[in-house]
Amino acid sequence: MRFGTEIAVLGLLTFAALAAAGFGVDEPFRQHMWVLFFVLLGFVAVLIRNTNFKPATPVDPSAYMDGPIRYGAIATMFWGVVGMLVGVVIALQLAYPDLNIEPWFNLGRLRPLHTSGVVFAFGGNALICTSMYVVQRTSRARLFGGNLAWFVFWGYQLFIVMAATGYLLGITESREYAEPEWYVDIWLTIVWVAYLLLFLGTILKRKEPHIYVANWFYLSFIVTIAMLHIVNNLSMPVSLLGSKSYSAFSGVQDALTQWWYGHNAVGFFLTAGFLGMMYYFVPKQVNRPVYSYRLSIIHFWALIFLYIWAGPHHLHYTALPDWAQTLGMVFSIMLWMPSWGGMINGLMTLSGAWDKLRTDPIVRMMVMAIAFYGMSTFEGPMMSIKAVNSLSHYTDWTIGHVHSGALGWVGMISFGAIYYMVPKLWNRDRLYSLRLVTWHFWLATLGIVVYAAVMWVSGIMQGLMWREYDEQGFLVYSFAETVAAMHPYYVMRAAGGAMYLAGALIMAWNITMTILGYQREEEPMPGAIPALQPAQ
Amino acid sequence: MDYNLMREFADSWALLAMALFFVGVIAFAFRPGSRKQADEAARIPLKDD
Repeated sequence: MRFGTEIAVLGLLTFAALAAAGFGVDEPFRQHMWVLFFVLLGFVAVLIRNTNFKPATPVDPSAYMDGPIRYGAIATMFWGVVGMLVGVVIALQLAYPDLNIEPWFNLGRLRPLHTSGVVFAFGGNALICTSMYVVQRTSRARLFGGNLAWFVFWGYQLFIVMAATGYLLGITESREYAEPEWYVDIWLTIVWVAYLLLFLGTILKRKEPHIYVANWFYLSFIVTIAMLHIVNNLSMPVSLLGSKSYSAFSGVQDALTQWWYGHNAVGFFLTAGFLGMMYYFVPKQVNRPVYSYRLSIIHFWALIFLYIWAGPHHLHYTALPDWAQTLGMVFSIMLWMPSWGGMINGLMTLSGAWDKLRTDPIVRMMVMAIAFYGMSTFEGPMMSIKAVNSLSHYTDWTIGHVHSGALGWVGMISFGAIYYMVPKLWNRDRLYSLRLVTWHFWLATLGIVVYAAVMWVSGIMQGLMWREYDEQGFLVYSFAETVAAMHPYYVMRAAGGAMYLAGALIMAWNITMTILGYQREEEPMPGAIPALQPAQ
Repeated sequence: MDYNLMREFADSWALLAMALFFVGVIAFAFRPGSRKQADEAARIPLKDD
């Protein structure tokens, strides 16, 4: 029977969720278990509707397994739009506090929904589906473990739904970028170990003797995130039927653990994984090998050796020992070398094919991503210098920096990869429309520029107002005055975010139409060589 | 095994081992004859669709 075991196991879990909804010791936990119950019930219903008793059709072991990648591309697009929409909503809430709707939709609950939504739901799905795509094609082997890839995909979506609904219900561990509570953390651990097995297993059965560098980056991302997630979330639940847990760490050790996690989430989730994407999709889109393969190896080792030590720069001028702060600063500055080495490697892959910038909006998007990678990895180390940090820390400058990295680098390279993959995955000649990609490119680029520039002004103003003393040594501005001064910038920031969201919506339309098999009648890109026509 | 012992190990032998490993990686990447292999590896994504 098809899905027999899956239906039985999921049915038991559904029943367990129902029991937990009844016996939970606190109200948010009971509500959360009701959510889980209905989601699992949905899974079971879908599986039962799709089951049959025919003998299983044999799979061709030489064909690539692209089903979960197709679902992953759609999920990436879907969660991207959701996460960015929530971002625009919270930007407007900061500008107009009346938009805080108690209790579920106030800023405190929506902010982690936005960060997790874009980082883990959008970025995570992009990483998981592209890694499955890349590892098969560079290893020339089918994904390992049969339906393991489907488990990873659906297990990860369940994690996202549980994390997101938990935030709205007010369930939080209050750890930056790691807000889900203990039971959701355990579930993610299981899914992540399955993902590691899937990826490693595929590499182990590869037919290509050499492991291509993109896979090194993906693997370092998977392994490091497993380590970070487990250590950062070591905690003791108050009750096995309750939503509250307490961290194994306290005081400054807890702070350092959180930022060791937090910064490496940036380094290994948002950087290493997406570099894997860059090292595969940029060469594919421009049809040239990477500029220097040996530089990419140095890039890899230097990046992973240095990044792991940079976390303490989030705790400058705190109770963290001075030597640890300096260590974090020094390693952050050393990160300039691998970051810029990698940026040059990515950009120079276009050498001899720069004309594609004019004719191929997808290449343009990838190049913009790499340019933002260079810019934000220049800005980051600069901000980690203690003297700079004393001005920038706790201000909007940090928010602007994060967004130039997240919207510019992570977003743009993911968009480029999805634009590349979708026609291939659904066997279409081309995208529905290249003109719409150009629209997306400009909306996104202008949105980021508005966002980052506004946050620089707002952040530096904020930092300068906080440290303004009069001649008698009193602070010149109250905190509320600094908040009031930022209002115009908050409105502009929301506008920048809205432009970026509009670009993503255009992409969602374009991708949907491509999947449905439509091709828009349009003028070819200027300078593009028209497709050859057969002789009459 | 207390904090000081681990700290001492971390900033002596562990530091040396990591530094040597890193230097070794660079030396290996640029060893004589590696260029041809690297160029072949760089073409892996282009071999397949």
